[in-house]
Amino acid sequence: MSANLDGYEAVIGLEIHVQLRTRTKMFCGCELSFGDDPNVHTCPVCLAHPGSLPTLNEQAVRYGIQIGLALGCEIAPRSIFHRKNYFYPDNPKAYQISQYDIPLARNGRLGDVRIHRVHLEEDAAKLIHVGESGRIHGSDASLVDFNRGGTPLVEIVTEPDLRDAASAREWLQLLRSTIKAIGASDVNMEEGSLRCDANVSIRPAGSQELGTKTELKNMNSFRFLERGIEAELERQVALARAGEPIEQETLHFDPRTGTLTPLRSKEYAHDYRYFPEPDLVPLAPSKELLDEARASLPELPAQRLERYQSELGIPEAQAKLLAYDGELGDYFEAAVGAGTEASAKGLANWITGDLTARLREAAGEEGEVHAADSRVTPQAIAELVAMVEAKQVTAQAGREVLAKLVAEGGSPAEIVEREGLASISDSGELEGIVAAAIEADPDAAAKVREGNMKAIGPLVGYVMRETKGRADGGEVTRLIRKQLGLG
Amino acid sequence: MIDREQVVHVARLARLELSEEEIERMQSELSGILEHVDRIQSLDLSEVEPTSHVVALENVMRPDEPRPSLPRERALEPAPDPYEGAFRVPSPNA
Repeated sequence: MSANLDGYEAVIGLEIHVQLRTRTKMFCGCELSFGDDPNVHTCPVCLAHPGSLPTLNEQAVRYGIQIGLALGCEIAPRSIFHRKNYFYPDNPKAYQISQYDIPLARNGRLGDVRIHRVHLEEDAAKLIHVGESGRIHGSDASLVDFNRGGTPLVEIVTEPDLRDAASAREWLQLLRSTIKAIGASDVNMEEGSLRCDANVSIRPAGSQELGTKTELKNMNSFRFLERGIEAELERQVALARAGEPIEQETLHFDPRTGTLTPLRSKEYAHDYRYFPEPDLVPLAPSKELLDEARASLPELPAQRLERYQSELGIPEAQAKLLAYDGELGDYFEAAVGAGTEASAKGLANWITGDLTARLREAAGEEGEVHAADSRVTPQAIAELVAMVEAKQVTAQAGREVLAKLVAEGGSPAEIVEREGLASISDSGELEGIVAAAIEADPDAAAKVREGNMKAIGPLVGYVMRETKGRADGGEVTRLIRKQLGLG
Repeated sequence: MIDREQVVHVARLARLELSEEEIERMQSELSGILEHVDRIQSLDLSEVEPTSHVVALENVMRPDEPRPSLPRERALEPAPDPYEGAFRVPSPNA
């Protein structure tokens, strides 16, 4: 839930960095790697040896264009690279090659959020700060690993269109699954192939002006993004209420404590003295390249959402859960295509409802929930939903079967057989139990007979207890009414 | 005329340490360069595309195919203080 903002409105924009899934770096042929020994993927270009020259990676350009197109952007007919100058040991050239006034793509939209720009740039090297804290403060030396230096990045900047932390999280999920669908990146927040900074400000509700914003960094999971923004909104509202000014600053989110601490202010940090990169010629995507990029775009989450709602009749909230979480959507599609009689609506309901709830329970507070990694195969959930819909098992028994599937996997039919969970199909048997229920509670039976239908509860409850939930509720009600002469 | 503060600021951004005398000289030299740029700006260039590059080339790209990297010993050879396969440097914020 978003923070109680007490008359204020949150204004949130996101800046996202995505590591592209190319084989090689942005400007040299060194292989990309994750978790290799330090400095085994370097060359004169990415170490910035004098005289070395960068050459643009064609596949990185293709991914960048695909991301731009997927975000509904205009692709610049001609864009150029700039040098962004700064001194820091993570960058041996003392500048980062990026794009400045003519980015690859701009003016797009994804969901409810406008995209300001999309541009290509290179990642910095990894610094390990040696010292007791492991953080930069208090360390006296840093170790530089240039394996990551020069990795192709796409930076995506949104307009400040988000209004609360939960929407920011949901939107980032949509962006993530969109890029994942393209295959342009692993988009893994924990591993750093998807990084998200948030620009956060508040203003009196209804005002159109923008307040002083702070920049939040280091929120390396969806949960932390939401928590970090919430914490910052609370802080800003408290300052505003106390009549104190909000300083423009960069804040570092500490996941262990859930608090924000200001990064040491770099007074010169925003004086990057951009100028055109003379070592790289302009990029003017050909019509062939654009057509090819457009043609190879797969079905994107926003389109999936539309299809789930209009073609499969799935309610919006469920359709969003499935479409915005690419893995869950794929799981759902596999279940729909598993060749059972289960309806798509029923599957959507079970997968986003009971299955997700069960998996969340099993994963615990901090665990991530991935249906695709669970013991419940798409085939199994489809068979189970088909059995429920065919009334071979009741919904209640179905939930018991699901619990077993989550715990140990296997086939729903076998679990039903083994646990004796099949619906009572013998109406003679059910008639007998209904008769026993009426006999056991003559008061309730009398009330129902007089037309007080609320009194039917205890009678149905009796039958459910006796049958361990294996009787169909509707059928039980029908039989009770029939036996009481109301049918 | 470029003032003293601007020279000191730019020198700091470029990590240059300038003597008092150098600061003064830079003031006048940088001012001279800017005056020259001002003269160029008096030309009517509204019909001329900004030049970002002097060579008339576009789209120089390479295929996404790995090429051999340097052996780590070679990469670390010029490093003044290598440590466990990494370049060790003074902490940037110490």
